[in-house]
Amino acid sequence: MAESEVLVEVTRRPLDATMMVNMGPQHPSTHGVLRLVLTLDGERVVEAKPDIGYLHTGMEKLAEYKKYQHVITITDRTDYLNAMGNNLGYVLAVEKMLGVEVPPRAQVIRVMMAELQRIASHLVWIGTHGLDLGAMSLFFYAFAAREEILQLFEAASGGRLTPSYMRIGGVMADLPEGFTGRVLDFCREFPRVLEEFDKLLTNNPIFRMRTEGVGRLSAEDAIRWGVTGPILRASGVLYDLRRVHPYSGYESYDFDVPTRTEGDVYARYLVRVQEMRESLKIVRQAVEKLPSGPVRCEDPRVSLPPREKMLTQMDALIYHFLLTAEGLKVPPGEVYVAVESPRGELGYYIVSDGGPMPYRVHIRAPSFANVQALPLMVRGQLIADVVAVIASIDIVLGEIDR
Amino acid sequence: MSGSASGDISMEAQQTHARRQIIEQRFGPYIVEAKEQWGELTIVLAREALLQVCRTLRDDPAFDYTMLVDLCGVDLGVEADPRFEVVYHLYSLTHRHRLRLKVRVREEEAVPSVIEIWPNANWYEREVYDMFGVRFEGHPELRRLLMPEEWEGHPLRKDYPLRGYRG
Repeated sequence: MAESEVLVEVTRRPLDATMMVNMGPQHPSTHGVLRLVLTLDGERVVEAKPDIGYLHTGMEKLAEYKKYQHVITITDRTDYLNAMGNNLGYVLAVEKMLGVEVPPRAQVIRVMMAELQRIASHLVWIGTHGLDLGAMSLFFYAFAAREEILQLFEAASGGRLTPSYMRIGGVMADLPEGFTGRVLDFCREFPRVLEEFDKLLTNNPIFRMRTEGVGRLSAEDAIRWGVTGPILRASGVLYDLRRVHPYSGYESYDFDVPTRTEGDVYARYLVRVQEMRESLKIVRQAVEKLPSGPVRCEDPRVSLPPREKMLTQMDALIYHFLLTAEGLKVPPGEVYVAVESPRGELGYYIVSDGGPMPYRVHIRAPSFANVQALPLMVRGQLIADVVAVIASIDIVLGEIDR
Repeated sequence: MSGSASGDISMEAQQTHARRQIIEQRFGPYIVEAKEQWGELTIVLAREALLQVCRTLRDDPAFDYTMLVDLCGVDLGVEADPRFEVVYHLYSLTHRHRLRLKVRVREEEAVPSVIEIWPNANWYEREVYDMFGVRFEGHPELRRLLMPEEWEGHPLRKDYPLRGYRG
């Protein structure tokens, strides 16, 4: 086995032959710890080989040793730009196994949070994308806007990057005082920020030259390689789980799913910027329709009783003890539940053996599939374009390596 | 899906049931086990028939499972025979339907690689090899994906400890 495991053979090559360049894992434009082994013919990429695993932390193994309700904190850390969305996908999967009804208010809060998170994630993407192509100022504007969202998350959950806000059967706590007002303030101000992005990038001749026609991926190839999310939609395939398999009541919101047909870096840019506008629309609608009521299901076998009750009523105390000490009673079986993360289809495959901890959790990470198609997108391109293509995939190594 | 109106679940279950009948009619002899649970369809296939069935599932417009969404392994336990399951999640963009395929395999056996049918199986199969030690026949470069190349053991096996030092 040892010989075949060598990724790059170091042998002397004639001077006119192709050249191997090792890009990463420590390289600012690879957005984390992605390593690319490039075979170059002059400036042209002949072959690109991604090498992953540098951020592998055994999350799927760890999930087998945690109670169902504790795995939520692990999901935060997979795709660390989409913690709310990861929470949501996981709790939906467990809820499906338990057959739990989630109160309407909690559902609307979940959608609001997931869409705010999508905007925050796209802001990191647009900032780093600009940075990679030399548009540095954008990064600061993007992060200033993202800060607003992170502060909202902090107000609701106490956490910024890893909020662990969702719970099986609802959310951790109701929204704090004045929260929806702050969300609406953000909704009012944010379109101006997006306009600034438009001015800085959309018609910027340098940005367009660096992105138009670069890193093309045809719809057929995208499907063959299991690519999802904005990349697939920029190649002309309308596949957004919020639309085709609605969850958490997405069917009741009015929003468009932007698509393009060019399939290049620029098309992905346009799709994501438009997605931020659509997410904003959903957030506004969520604030408008936010019903009153509980934010967690009242089934004591699923959800902890309110603290007040736990301290005063015997049965509530017993349920509290059982849930904490013994965990959830999830029937044996298996589910696959997918949600639309900012990067594509995020799926949770959970196998239960009836015990308090999942028997197996597999996370279908969108970046994992998307980055596997990277060699296709950069073949024949200039080496400088590799940076643009990586940024346009919007990879998060945390979920690729898990 | 969970949380939404329960009517959706029963409709999903009906569609799933109809699809199961079509698949059972078509691939009956190759099916070891078929199961419907929570509106999801699981088909366990005989390992030898995997490639043939998968090719039909992809190419026949009646199925049109053009997308391999996910592929992963499950260790059924040290005592189980066969010990491992390889799980394929397929999706049809035209029919908007998911299908879960499975094959069961013993430690010393190999599963035919589906790379020729869905090229993205490449990394997924490498991950299953890395994490469970399941081998895939016909895979062009079956080596570890996430763990270091010199790593010993397969971390997601049930007899592999979560922590500890092996001296």
